[in-house]
Amino acid sequence: MANLALDALLREFDDKRPRGLARAISWAESGRGADLIAHLYPRIGRAMTIGLTGPPGVGKSTLSSALVKKARSLGKTVGVISVDPSSPFSHGALLGDRIRLTEHFVDPDVFIRSMASRGHLGGLSGATADAVMLMDAFGLDVVLIETVGVGQSEIEIAELAQTTLVALQPGSGDSIQVLKAGIMEIADIFVVNKADHPMANQLRREIRAMMEMLSFSGWVPELAMTQAVTGDGIDDLWRAIDSHVVYLNESGEISRKRREAFAHQVRQLALGRLQARLERHLYDDTRIDLDPYAAADEVLAHFGVYGGEEPEPALAAARPRAVVRGLTGHDG
Amino acid sequence: MANRPLRIVVAKAGLDGHDRGAKVIARALRDAGMEVIYTGLFQTPEQIVQTAIQEDADGIGLSILSGAHMTLFPLVLDQLKAQDAADIVFFGGGTIPPEDADELKKRGVKAVFTPGAPLQEIIDFVQAECGKRRELVG
Repeated sequence: MANLALDALLREFDDKRPRGLARAISWAESGRGADLIAHLYPRIGRAMTIGLTGPPGVGKSTLSSALVKKARSLGKTVGVISVDPSSPFSHGALLGDRIRLTEHFVDPDVFIRSMASRGHLGGLSGATADAVMLMDAFGLDVVLIETVGVGQSEIEIAELAQTTLVALQPGSGDSIQVLKAGIMEIADIFVVNKADHPMANQLRREIRAMMEMLSFSGWVPELAMTQAVTGDGIDDLWRAIDSHVVYLNESGEISRKRREAFAHQVRQLALGRLQARLERHLYDDTRIDLDPYAAADEVLAHFGVYGGEEPEPALAAARPRAVVRGLTGHDG
Repeated sequence: MANRPLRIVVAKAGLDGHDRGAKVIARALRDAGMEVIYTGLFQTPEQIVQTAIQEDADGIGLSILSGAHMTLFPLVLDQLKAQDAADIVFFGGGTIPPEDADELKKRGVKAVFTPGAPLQEIIDFVQAECGKRRELVG
């Protein structure tokens, strides 16, 4: 039964029917992605993936629309994944990013999918990575991923996309904002949108000043000034994206990025399953008369994990992209 | 599978700039736990149906206050058929006289809600009809 449905879906997919892709993404969203991905995985790896993040109101959707237009003018087919938040209370969501993309709705070579975050933190939804793979396997040349856009810690996008754009707008905070960690560290390209704003040049200077304090090993983030509404600066932005892709390929960085992205996906899937199993024991074994550490020991015993030291907080190995000038050289 | 939220496209078509009603419905459906995709104003029937297909929507709710309902609703129905997407539940609302509403329902619009319709009635309708569609399609 399930296989009949899978075969039918794969046929629609192979016939390049948008409906097949749409259903496939729904399957992935409802935890039925495994068989699909297993079938389609050999076709994956062709698409150019671009991530777009930045605070709410900066113009991410408008930038997306301008980038879609640019990509289409070059004859490329495009997928757009746009993530908006789900309500933690009702689990409902209002997905409104399409409003800025209406001019591409009837272009058969543009496929737009809105996704609700469904409780996933980090600016994406749990199935975003699957959706990217499915669009890639469907044969779309460019996949654009737009994050929720709520925080300074939306860095998961950098694990998923080949090229990460961080969009900023003038007049929203002082120079300390650009020194903060997290989102500012993941940019392959900074985009100062609303470049006609009187404070746009100040923001550009602040970003440049921040970058001058650092010395980069490898790619040095580019900075593009855009006015997404009019399309001004989009050609420059596209050139910057192109040169980042060239850099990734020529330096071999692309294979490191792919390995990281793969590890990230495996980690997410494995943790998701572990968490689901963990939840089942959470209320049985975490008795209130135990202290939290002892209760954690009891829960872990179900998984064959006994006692032992508390591990260091699980941080992936640090891999600084840049170091502050003048503070290096001691340890090579 | 089980509890993937229902997905509903809420649309405004043609030269009709009044979207307060559409936004109220969008919000009510959101608060009832659905994922609502809002298209924005001035959409063509083709844009609406393409959106519903790409978003794998279970239903389309079209709001029309301009008086053009006898033109736009049938055009959306035609598009749904032409795109092999007639399984998507199509309903709507607005300032629509009862005799027009009856005619639209005869032609395949699943429900027509007019001013004064309780939000709960609309939510119940969407959950029941779109829920059925979801069971069929999976």
